[in-house]
Amino acid sequence: MSAVSTQVETHNHAADQSTAQWLWSILTSVDHKTIGRLYLLSGILFFVVGGVEALAIRLQLSVPNADFVSAQRYNELFTMHATTMIFLSVMPMAAGFTNFFLPLQIGARDVVFPRLNAYSYWLWLAGALFINSSFLVGAFPDGGWFGYANMSGTQYSPGPAMDFWNIGLMILGVSSMTAGFNFITTVLNLRAPGMSLFRMPVLTWMFTVVQFLVVMSFPILTIAQALLLFDRNYGTNFYVPAKGGDPLLWQHLFWLFGHPEVYILILPSMGIVSEVLPTFSRKPLFGAPFVIFSGILIGFLGFGVWSHHMFTTGLGPVADSAFSLTTMLIAIPTAVKIFNWIATMWGGKLRFTAAMYHSIGFVFLFTIGGLSGVMHASPPIDLQHQDSYFVVAHFHYVLFGGSVIGLFSGIYFYWPKMFGRMLSERLGKIGFWLFFVGMNLTFFPMHFLGVQGMPRRIFRYEDGLGWETANALASIGALIIAAGMAVHLYAMISSFMRPKDAPSDPWDAATLEWSIASPPHHYNFAVIPEVHSDRPFWDEKHENGPVVSQEKLAGPGEHHVPMPPASYWPIIAAFFTAGTFICFMLGKGADGFDPAAFQRQVMFQGVFATLMLLSILAWIREDATHR
Amino acid sequence: MDSVAHGSGHVDHNEEHHEERTSLGVSNLKLAFWVFLASDCFFFGALIGTYMSYRGKSLVGPYPIDVFSVEITSISTFLLLMSSLTMVLAVRAAKIYKQSKSEALPLTVMGWMWATAAMGAIFVGFQVYEFNHFYHEGLTLQGNLFGSTFYILTGFHGTHVAIGVLWLVIESCIWIPMKWIRGDFADRVDVTGLYWHFVDIVWIVIFTVVYLLEFVR
Repeated sequence: MSAVSTQVETHNHAADQSTAQWLWSILTSVDHKTIGRLYLLSGILFFVVGGVEALAIRLQLSVPNADFVSAQRYNELFTMHATTMIFLSVMPMAAGFTNFFLPLQIGARDVVFPRLNAYSYWLWLAGALFINSSFLVGAFPDGGWFGYANMSGTQYSPGPAMDFWNIGLMILGVSSMTAGFNFITTVLNLRAPGMSLFRMPVLTWMFTVVQFLVVMSFPILTIAQALLLFDRNYGTNFYVPAKGGDPLLWQHLFWLFGHPEVYILILPSMGIVSEVLPTFSRKPLFGAPFVIFSGILIGFLGFGVWSHHMFTTGLGPVADSAFSLTTMLIAIPTAVKIFNWIATMWGGKLRFTAAMYHSIGFVFLFTIGGLSGVMHASPPIDLQHQDSYFVVAHFHYVLFGGSVIGLFSGIYFYWPKMFGRMLSERLGKIGFWLFFVGMNLTFFPMHFLGVQGMPRRIFRYEDGLGWETANALASIGALIIAAGMAVHLYAMISSFMRPKDAPSDPWDAATLEWSIASPPHHYNFAVIPEVHSDRPFWDEKHENGPVVSQEKLAGPGEHHVPMPPASYWPIIAAFFTAGTFICFMLGKGADGFDPAAFQRQVMFQGVFATLMLLSILAWIREDATHR
Repeated sequence: MDSVAHGSGHVDHNEEHHEERTSLGVSNLKLAFWVFLASDCFFFGALIGTYMSYRGKSLVGPYPIDVFSVEITSISTFLLLMSSLTMVLAVRAAKIYKQSKSEALPLTVMGWMWATAAMGAIFVGFQVYEFNHFYHEGLTLQGNLFGSTFYILTGFHGTHVAIGVLWLVIESCIWIPMKWIRGDFADRVDVTGLYWHFVDIVWIVIFTVVYLLEFVR
């Protein structure tokens, strides 16, 4: 172990690069590790943006009859808070870990299509910036992250704000789907010799399930949005009741996407917890195949529960019963995981690191959120809870207490491998307690607010309804969460002020990514290791198993391994792809279909689409000439 | 698309990255394409689902029975299905060409691809004619639910065919003659074939659900 720890690798040539060269190397990088870092850091940045929006919401609700923001501004805040947290924060943070660790955990040198991977990131960034650039026209999207028809139609959202939301989300969808094709192919086809599917770490398994959910659910959202685009731009009537359309169609399509999306958000964190708990309990994950199969089952069932978001729309007793049943079923694989995590810790030699704090916090908080979730599986109870703060309490326990806390566990666990620097354990624990106390103070009282009848999405409430104390507590809690985030941010930023100090295996972990340098060389593995168990590195260190560590296989230092060269075509292609979508903004007539606007759209869109096609052709040509 | 070659455990692994080692034995490009097609199923599934749930819900005409001419659409459908045959012949020719290790221009492959592209283009032409005809019969994108769902579903499919034609033309007129694709040549043609057959199969579903169902009494 000590021999491995001394192998602290630094890229010396990085020091004498100029800033411009450094920037260019990032813009043209096709290295999955660079792209993973970009995703993670962008996600953290947008987490701060979404957090500020949340603070503004809590400020407005802290006292009755508050007047800090207008009703319009409030609608914009909750719409952008959810959109930012889901699509611009949790998903990219998870994508960061997927990018960085999925190839490492299966013993690969990169993903199968490195340039497509870069394309996904730059397209994501373009979509994220586009949605947020709506402030340039003076109006943020205000129709909710769910964009319910017909509130999102031109009748109730006439301005361009919802077009920014609609088109921006389509761009993000394309980015996620292309990343999904890439990751699924990587997992299936780029595993090291001996790395059978059931020797893959649970984290990689959860990433894989997520990518399948992405490629199967995002198309449905994209179609729902295309119909909305046609309604808004060209005067069709998909969601307009007066012309025979049905707003419920949007809800069906949206939640057919939306419920798998919930698992897209939570499964990466479940994977992280399944790596952190065994490592710091010094035990294998209890019943690992059960955890994996539960994850797969959750993925399947996730497509069969969407109508539990729609119990109050009156689908009839048969549909209500069926979806109630499938929703209750999904509690079984989830509970299996909870029990397996607890059993993993049982009797283990626990080490309470910052990552471990967050993972245990995850199990605790996610269980609370899961229990209130099962309550909603019962239609009569759901009818009472629908659109009340009880629902807000529920999904913040699973998304903040679950997804976000899990991702922060991942940050403290994986930061040394990603950036070559240890994060402060002390700051991590302080940040955790602030998160933990703050989030319970914020969201637990919301259960009571909901049962007392406080509806969601109201920007102001009257005095004397008995909601004052709980709302005041929630707002104080939000400030404590913000303090926790400040501590975490300080821990991350201050780590960059120090020299690289991370050993290759700081936690005495079991999987392949810890058997290589921190941060890894650009080729990851000089010698692709041969895998003989599901804990290859652990077996080498503690069980006299076959050697997998690079130190012993290839020797220390850098090796010459040919890797795909950098390319500027992904970012160019991503730019023109985003431009092609954004041109839809031009086609919107004042009222219904406007031939002049449509002509303008087609003209610009034609230019962008041609340039996109040319850049893709150049991209393919690069294969023939430079590679 | 570039692929990361997986060496067999040596630092100086094989430079010939076209003969990639993959865990499943399927090429990366083909596997990724299968995943893409699975994803595309959900695009079409959502659109067909929308069409079906709005079927017969139009408040005003024209209704399907007023505009459809099943004879004309049958001809274009026949052409599109036959183009799958020429595509298969192109894929087969590419495999034979690869085994022969010939350096000459693979004209048989290119010829079958041109035949496929031509039939695809004629299908798109039929669709343009049909859209134009329906429009003059009074069926507009905005007029009723049938118009909205019909144009967006068949238009989405027509766009797929048009992209396929473009792909075949670029592949057979640029990539193959310019030798942009070499070692994985047969595999690339095979992937183009996968896409083409998929678009065909989807049309069988659309033709049945949208057209033929209207004539069931």
